[in-house]
Amino acid sequence: MYKIVKKQELTTNIYLMEVEAKRVAKSCEPGQFVIVRMDEEGERIPLTICDYNREKGTITIVFQTVGAGTKMMADLQEGDYFHDFVGPLGCASELVNEDMDSLKAKKILFVAGGVGAAPVYPQVKWLHEHGVAADVIVGSKTKDLLILEKEMEAVAGNLYVTTDDGSYGRSGMVTQTIKDLVAEGKQYDVCIAIGPMIMMKFVCLLTKELGIPTVVSLNPIMVDGTGMCGACRVTVGGKVKFACVDGPEFDGHQVNFDEAMRRQSIYKTAEGRAMLELEEGDTHHGNCGVCH
Amino acid sequence: MDVLNKVPVREQDAKERAKNFEEVCLGYNLEEAQCEAGRCINCKNAQCVKGCPVAIDIPGFIQQVKEGNIEEAYRIISESSALPAVCGRVCPQESQCEGKCIRGIKGDPISIGKLERFVADWARESNIKPQGATEKKGKKVAVIGSGPAGLTCAGDLAKMGYDVTIFEALHEAGGVLVYGIPEFRLPKKTVVAKEIENVKALGVKIETNVVIGKSTTIDELMEEEGFSAVFIGSGAGLPKFMGIPGENSNGVFSANEYLTRNNLMKSFDKNSNTPIMHGKKVAVVGGGNVAMDAARTALRLGAEVHIVYRRSEEELPARVEEVHHAKEEGIIFDLLTNPIEILADEKGWVTGMKCIKMELGEPDESGRRRPVEVAGSEFVMELDTVIMSLGTSPNPLISSTTEGLEVNKWKCIVADENNGKTTKEGVYAGGDAVTGAATVILAMGAGKAAAKGIDEYLSK
Repeated sequence: MYKIVKKQELTTNIYLMEVEAKRVAKSCEPGQFVIVRMDEEGERIPLTICDYNREKGTITIVFQTVGAGTKMMADLQEGDYFHDFVGPLGCASELVNEDMDSLKAKKILFVAGGVGAAPVYPQVKWLHEHGVAADVIVGSKTKDLLILEKEMEAVAGNLYVTTDDGSYGRSGMVTQTIKDLVAEGKQYDVCIAIGPMIMMKFVCLLTKELGIPTVVSLNPIMVDGTGMCGACRVTVGGKVKFACVDGPEFDGHQVNFDEAMRRQSIYKTAEGRAMLELEEGDTHHGNCGVCH
Repeated sequence: MDVLNKVPVREQDAKERAKNFEEVCLGYNLEEAQCEAGRCINCKNAQCVKGCPVAIDIPGFIQQVKEGNIEEAYRIISESSALPAVCGRVCPQESQCEGKCIRGIKGDPISIGKLERFVADWARESNIKPQGATEKKGKKVAVIGSGPAGLTCAGDLAKMGYDVTIFEALHEAGGVLVYGIPEFRLPKKTVVAKEIENVKALGVKIETNVVIGKSTTIDELMEEEGFSAVFIGSGAGLPKFMGIPGENSNGVFSANEYLTRNNLMKSFDKNSNTPIMHGKKVAVVGGGNVAMDAARTALRLGAEVHIVYRRSEEELPARVEEVHHAKEEGIIFDLLTNPIEILADEKGWVTGMKCIKMELGEPDESGRRRPVEVAGSEFVMELDTVIMSLGTSPNPLISSTTEGLEVNKWKCIVADENNGKTTKEGVYAGGDAVTGAATVILAMGAGKAAAKGIDEYLSK
């Protein structure tokens, strides 16, 4: 059993939990994920690691309530336990294994969309701790839905917040901010984009045009998370990969996003489809085409 | 009593069971078991024992059944097998113990599997537990994976007095016994969970949610956690796909995914939070036991189900009993048929599968006649679900994180089949991680051999 030592509602429907999981905290690296189950009947829910504390033996996760499983999870309180909490799964972010000198010479841009700010955070923090200041764009639908702004500010070189409705920070999609920054004369050697599939798709279309190599972190449907079921298969550069063991990070310019988005909807109920529509907004329609 | 014919075993009616997940085979009662045991001629040089990968004293336990000493029969089986209720259900007895039975030369062989099952079920219902070790060795052994190989190895080592901990990647112990083999062949709560409890009763500890190679490594287990030896029984691995167009369409699943959702996550149960696709017309591609399990599961979820296999019935790798049960339940066999493309609608959902007819040519390296395409015989099967059951390739999680652990060209761990010894000192391996996908009992045999190998190593 894995104790919840801290719970915080970051904003409507987005929760942060710090959970005791000693083995995971000892060995995890930025970019990896865990699978949690809240009780004996619970679904296995994959979540990217948002932060970790090796001394305390804890892992921080952030999740949005999108279905029955995450809604029930949101009812758990400090002092309650997760029935299962396994990880770290997947490969660590490439940054972690890169030569420090070459990493320090790089200009790195992170692009986070919505709850994607959570998995971006440990990477920016890791770089910060290793003396690398990265630029970070955080996009959110509205001011109210923005998460981890302060935390991100503390570790980012420059932080650019943008809201779709212009209610806070810059106005418009993250892609607009990328365009603006480049127009302002900023140059980037690498971009790491994490957020809704549709955001990653459009970021990749743009960065390809701009010639910025881009890494994305995919969160497809999965069951075991160790390579056994193959539910998470994605096509990258024309080859089939398992996101759980080969990823979750991939070269964004090689990912077949249309297929990946389609596959995400396999088990969507009417409720789930509505949520997906809400999450992906107007950009959703006419792209994956499976919801209606 | 008719000595040439076995006592038939009671089964759930095919029409009835096609709609539920209750166990198909109902097993013998005491009277039937004693009657069947009475047919055993108690050979001096018993061939059946030679056919058993864990060398159970088969005539020995059958004599006890004949005399009604079921507890003693259980004790005899337990000396060699940690999972008799499982083996009695899923072992391919026809090619092992029963395949060698002298009675089988004229007439039916003794139903050894059904007798083993009867004894194990009786012991469970009578709450009889196997005996643990009386003396402790004071040494720790780690076992990776709680499937048949791991449970057997752990059980044997615990009986010798070792302090054993099993590390399981999933949230529940049992490996393929819980995620792979369906409820209707192997009940989880009443049979598998109880056999695992028996292994725990021997003193074995099981830590779930630990992925070796990720949560921790073999080197860390040995250097930091004080384990003197490690057994790797991590199982088969990653599902294979055909590599044909359309295979990533919505509605194409690996048999592993389909079965894991249904068995481990219980998605057949309305109360389960894990979904499964309820197809109307399903094709299962492949002809092994896993294909039969996936097909019979889809049938029970309400689908019309076709097995699509590129060779003929004779070459089906599945057990005869499984094929027979599948046919009885109404599974349609499309043999000598090979998929070449999966068709999907504009939204990416499966609508059909383009196949080509095959005929058998000359034998290939496996000795089976090679299937060859019949030119111009392409046709389309209309479907909404395709389940690929084509076998697995080894999971690199452990081999890639353990220095000095050699793998062969198929990426299976290299281990001595007599004692499980790998190329890394103190590390042993067995089961599907070594052989590639095989059977429960072969994995158990390997677990047993490795337990002996580990004991010899630690006794030096």
